[in-house]
Amino acid sequence: MAILGLDEKEYFARGHRACAGCGESLALRLLMKVAGPNVVVCHCTGCMEVVSTPYPETAWEVPWVHSAFENNSAVASGVERALKHLGKEDTKVLVLGGDGGTYDIGLQCLSGAFERGHNITYVCTDNEAYMNTGIQRSGATPFGASTTTSPAGKVSNGKHEGKKDLMHILAAHGSPYLATASVGYHTDFLRKVKTALETKGPTFVNVMVPCVPGWRIEPEATIKVAKLGVETGATPLYEIIAGKHKLNMPVDSSKLKPVEEYLKMQGRFRHLFKPEPKTAELQAIQQGVKDGIDRLKKLSDLGL
Amino acid sequence: MKEVMEASHAIAEAVKAVDPAVIAAYPITPQTHIVERLSEYVANGELKGEYINAESEFAAISACLGAQATGVRSYTSTSSQGLALMHEILYIVSGMRLPVGMTVVNRALSAPINIWNDHQDSISERDSGWIQLYVETAQEAYDMTLMQYKICEDKRVLLPSMVCLDGFTLSHVYEPVDILEKARVDGFLPKYKPVHAVLDPKEPLTQGPIGFPTHYMEFRKDLVDAIAGSERVIGEVMAEYSRMFPVSIKDSRPDRYYHYEEYMMEDADVVLVAMGSVCGTIKEVIDELRGKGVKAGLLKLVTYRPFPNELIAKRLSGYRKVAVVDKALSPGNTAPLYTEVASALYDSKERPNLRSFIVGLGGRDVTLGHIERIINMTLKGEGAKTEWMF
Amino acid sequence: MADIGRKKIGNVELTTGAVLPSDGSTQKNKTGGWRALRPVTDHAKCTGCGICWVYCPDASRFKDKDGKFDFVADYCKGCGICADVCPVKCITMVVEEE
Repeated sequence: MAILGLDEKEYFARGHRACAGCGESLALRLLMKVAGPNVVVCHCTGCMEVVSTPYPETAWEVPWVHSAFENNSAVASGVERALKHLGKEDTKVLVLGGDGGTYDIGLQCLSGAFERGHNITYVCTDNEAYMNTGIQRSGATPFGASTTTSPAGKVSNGKHEGKKDLMHILAAHGSPYLATASVGYHTDFLRKVKTALETKGPTFVNVMVPCVPGWRIEPEATIKVAKLGVETGATPLYEIIAGKHKLNMPVDSSKLKPVEEYLKMQGRFRHLFKPEPKTAELQAIQQGVKDGIDRLKKLSDLGL
Repeated sequence: MKEVMEASHAIAEAVKAVDPAVIAAYPITPQTHIVERLSEYVANGELKGEYINAESEFAAISACLGAQATGVRSYTSTSSQGLALMHEILYIVSGMRLPVGMTVVNRALSAPINIWNDHQDSISERDSGWIQLYVETAQEAYDMTLMQYKICEDKRVLLPSMVCLDGFTLSHVYEPVDILEKARVDGFLPKYKPVHAVLDPKEPLTQGPIGFPTHYMEFRKDLVDAIAGSERVIGEVMAEYSRMFPVSIKDSRPDRYYHYEEYMMEDADVVLVAMGSVCGTIKEVIDELRGKGVKAGLLKLVTYRPFPNELIAKRLSGYRKVAVVDKALSPGNTAPLYTEVASALYDSKERPNLRSFIVGLGGRDVTLGHIERIINMTLKGEGAKTEWMF
Repeated sequence: MADIGRKKIGNVELTTGAVLPSDGSTQKNKTGGWRALRPVTDHAKCTGCGICWVYCPDASRFKDKDGKFDFVADYCKGCGICADVCPVKCITMVVEEE
């Protein structure tokens, strides 16, 4: 049974405790249709693990293991080798985590697993902060975003640092396939998940998932905001296939929607507009976005 | 096959016989000889399991967790700082009731950084829900490594375990060891069959959910019941092992393995309680002093977790003078082994006079002279309640 | 067959190591009670494209026997994503009466 080419079966069941309009839970629901049922999920601590497994209930309909916040890649390394030993190499090992457990505290185990070349697929559901613990900043939080540990105030405009470039850190490990994605472009996202699962070796997909309370958006705006992130170039879609860049969307920086359209929809950037626009910061963000797209376009065109 | 070998290598032989599907390891002095020998076995095709060169001890124990959760036997080894780094995951492995096997090569904890032997590392993990067994000789290290898997994989237990041996003073010491043929080990330790922990798409399970206040406390009670109940299983396995594989090298191990070993306790005026290789030194001093008419004895504790409270209380009451020898600390309170022995004896009608001695921290040599002083001070009632034997 | 070791301590039902069968048992929890708004679908306008079904985070859209989509009252949290993504704008969010 299929709707729009997707398996009707839900491997991530309803009744989970995610917020209304949660982008991350949508991303999981969709990617499980591509990954399941012959899969083992290694999940780290975070919103999704908490809302999906409140003992005695579980939303999962596949084998699933969670232990700590920072070790899903190490657990997956053990699972992958155990499955190999049992002759079950056709069972996929899917590693899931938010940006907190991936970019920061999980980075060591992620690096180790990628260096050892395990046959695993890591999907990071990136909402750009430690949401489960109350919207604190992570290495993935973008420049200028207000979080509870990088709040906008009288002498601060939110996070001072840029977003950590995890894609290129993992590319340096020689991963055969890496991709950014957005829950707002589901066919692109799921194509990338499928490719990552089918590519041998350690592969990675970073999917942007807006967070209703964390980004301070209306619940119905999740998909609209996700799409604007891509259309403005703030969260571009690209792949690194066997070490070579391929920019998917936007195609180049000439047709970018102004990044303000994206920022204005989110309460976490409100301080950049009210009580008066912070022109310097907004210009820096816009320039940074354009430079980022230009660079990806150049790498794509040059076959690098 | 009897051979003189390093205790580390004896353990590697035992692990080879145990045949874990996944070995994950990160090197730390003085554990390195174990993991190096294991990777040689893998390179030569003698060990068919998967060997993961983890990028830290934290990753090593997490990989074992993942492998064990999938449904296969796993092994790791560490010391000191490495064990401390594993701390978070140790509690999780036991909470998930995964029978991971580990060797801890006992080494001091920083700071100051120190690579030599004491028991601070494993004793600092006494609340982690892991079974802890301490060994005195290379033969015991080999035997206990085989036994730990049988104990922990038992349906009544399903808990992880650490076999603890002293770094350098045992791990790097050459002793004669009787290594069993694989077929004989297989007769004792069957292939691993997971009970509750599998990650199999054919029967999917969720492992590691959140436990709300409505449930968490009962889960911890279940864990405590399991480790308390393991005392019986440990006794059974030790008895079975002793029966199947009698002593073949004199003085290499007790005739019958048990939660503790008695040495010249029957008519002793003073009894020492201790764990690990220092017991070898203690036995030597006891022999010498017996020659001079001083009647000392030793209760060598083997099973530290679960702590055999009733057995200890029963065996030690009636003695007038008991000295507990600790190679660990609990800064802010009395030494850990002493505290636990005292607690075990609290309700006894005949409580001995109990003394605490701290020895051998950070690899400080524990000499025959130290032990002789401990015995004499205890007999004469000299010195403070807690004495540091520098 | 795994033996997950069901037992009780007091009134609390336990399993060994808190293991659970992966059977989607969160479905016992009817999140429909959360919503303040409910999606009303104009079936005349609905083309049966399925986009709303794709983008519902709670799998709370279903295809009826006429090929039109509607919401699953037991679970719909009323987020309004379906109304936002519908290409023909046939879904309206109205205040939940109950």
